[in-house]
Amino acid sequence: MYRYSEFDRDFLATRNAQFRAQVERRISGALTEDEFKPLRLMNGLYLQLHAYMLRVAIPYGTLNSVQMRQLAMIADRWDKGYGHFTTRQNIQFNWPRLRDVPDMLDALADVGMHAIQTSGNCVRNVTADHFAGAAADEIADPRPVAELLRQWSTDHPEFQFLPRKFKIAITGSPNDRAVTRAHDIGLRMVLQNGQRGFEVIVGGGLGRTPVIGKVLAEFIPEADLLPYIEAILSTYNSFGRRDNKYKARIKIMVNELGLEEVRARVQRRFDTLRAEWGGADQAILNDLRRAFAPPAFRVASTEAYDIAYENDPVFRSFADTNLAGHWQDGYAIVTISLKAHGATPGDATSDQMRLMAELAERYGHDELRISHEQNVILPHVHKSDLPALHAALQGAGLATANVGLISDIIACPGMDYCALATARSIPVAQEIATAFEAREQDIGGLKIKISGCINACGHHHVGHIGILGLDRAGVENYQITLGGDAAETAALGERAGPGFAYDQIVPAIERVIDAYLSLRKAPHETFIEVYQRLGAQVFKDALYQPGDRANAA
Amino acid sequence: MSIRFTPSVVTANDLLIGDVVYLTPQGGWSRIHAEAELFTEQAAAEAALAAAQAQPDRLVGAYLAPARDGADGPEPAHFREVFRARGPSNYPHGKQAERMC
Repeated sequence: MYRYSEFDRDFLATRNAQFRAQVERRISGALTEDEFKPLRLMNGLYLQLHAYMLRVAIPYGTLNSVQMRQLAMIADRWDKGYGHFTTRQNIQFNWPRLRDVPDMLDALADVGMHAIQTSGNCVRNVTADHFAGAAADEIADPRPVAELLRQWSTDHPEFQFLPRKFKIAITGSPNDRAVTRAHDIGLRMVLQNGQRGFEVIVGGGLGRTPVIGKVLAEFIPEADLLPYIEAILSTYNSFGRRDNKYKARIKIMVNELGLEEVRARVQRRFDTLRAEWGGADQAILNDLRRAFAPPAFRVASTEAYDIAYENDPVFRSFADTNLAGHWQDGYAIVTISLKAHGATPGDATSDQMRLMAELAERYGHDELRISHEQNVILPHVHKSDLPALHAALQGAGLATANVGLISDIIACPGMDYCALATARSIPVAQEIATAFEAREQDIGGLKIKISGCINACGHHHVGHIGILGLDRAGVENYQITLGGDAAETAALGERAGPGFAYDQIVPAIERVIDAYLSLRKAPHETFIEVYQRLGAQVFKDALYQPGDRANAA
Repeated sequence: MSIRFTPSVVTANDLLIGDVVYLTPQGGWSRIHAEAELFTEQAAAEAALAAAQAQPDRLVGAYLAPARDGADGPEPAHFREVFRARGPSNYPHGKQAERMC
């Protein structure tokens, strides 16, 4: 993986020293909150309901064991012994004190990490397929390009004050695990006549105006990608609206100008810009490819795996749900679920972080990933090591075999932490996971996504079942959407009808699931397949039985 | 005084810790909701809020939060304020851990 250069280290040291001085000036009263707020947000520091929150970037979701151990140390020393992994592959610490934050940032810099541009109207942490570099279906590892984008966008002088925040996601696989169609720019690697390039999707996003991104360019050669993206940002910076924060995302510009006009303006800008790019980016990209070269895979027997799979039903269940195909024979991609039934989605204790770091070091070529689905991935594990890995995970409450099942829920922090939230998310996720634990294997693949406000950090629009928590006349109320899809077949869910009270949302989900189970043709027909075959009405009928209308608000 | 005014407490976050604080009848700041002063008149509430907003060296984001009289002192009147006064529901952290609610 990429290691910081001297330039990176110097830049970060200077930036952290600046922020330390800004914190001191805030505490002394030399800076007002209005002056300080944009400075702290640029460095990932929010003020939430109960405390400050520090959001740390994990670029394209990739970590090594040293970095994971440092996150555990930070959690113990300056927070409450845990961290929350987010839907944009970041980690959040929920309880830092203002005076400690400069020390936390220095500790991050010690291991090549930072919190820059995890907030504010700039290019945010670039997210990637969490199976990048390992997935059997991949054309090539997209992370060298993701790292190039990180270097280009970090402190980019032209793009520090965009009309609104800007999110980029990238995948090297035809199967989209990075939700590229719900990003301001989504990049999907494609091959054309043997040449590598990217389909460029623009104007996707969730939030109060959910939009599936549109294809701006079907194929941009890799060598033209960075100037083309700069042309998009430049066009957006010039023509994106600044009069209304709710109309300021690029999706609104695309909607108002029309895709053809945006394409023409981007092309004009690109034609000007392209000549200014002398090829330095491609030289850097070549170096980055070496940094992301595959590890030295070993060739060994997989007999230990085969024996455990045959004889241990608990291991078999884990293998069936939590493993994915690796391009290297004998290897598997392991997803460690942070969704133990009844636990907070995406949370890991410092002990769990240290164990995952140790296991990555021992069995996983020292690599970890954070997924936007709030789990941790060990991308390169030889199958012969899986029984021992599984046993170690079991001892730490990390062996839950539920990846892709109904309890593998995405949930934003909601009103338990977030100052913007209108209702809680976490307890709803906890209760659904617990309620369906006994029959989730039978229910099969199903993605539930929960947001605690219309900003949709919990991606509810693209959940097979989405849940949106709102404040209705001073009471928590939950709307259900059905039929959303986050994959390459991305679709926005359809709102089912009136919302449900907090104590009615789990029974409502149970009625949807019971309807699905009675309607499926065979156990392998998934919820989303039944939805696509029959439409929403059968589920609406199940949700709004006559006796329940009284409870619906 | 407007008859539509909702009885309120003055609340903010502490600059250094970030924790929720409430203006007390003595003019100090408490981390316990029940120790807050409950304002029933708009003019007095707004004057107190303005005074709070003039203390940027120790507070962030002061505002009026709806509240009502309770057995042990003012109680939050909206569920968001209940969480602010107690802490998150997934862990025993925040004020509930320190028996401040």
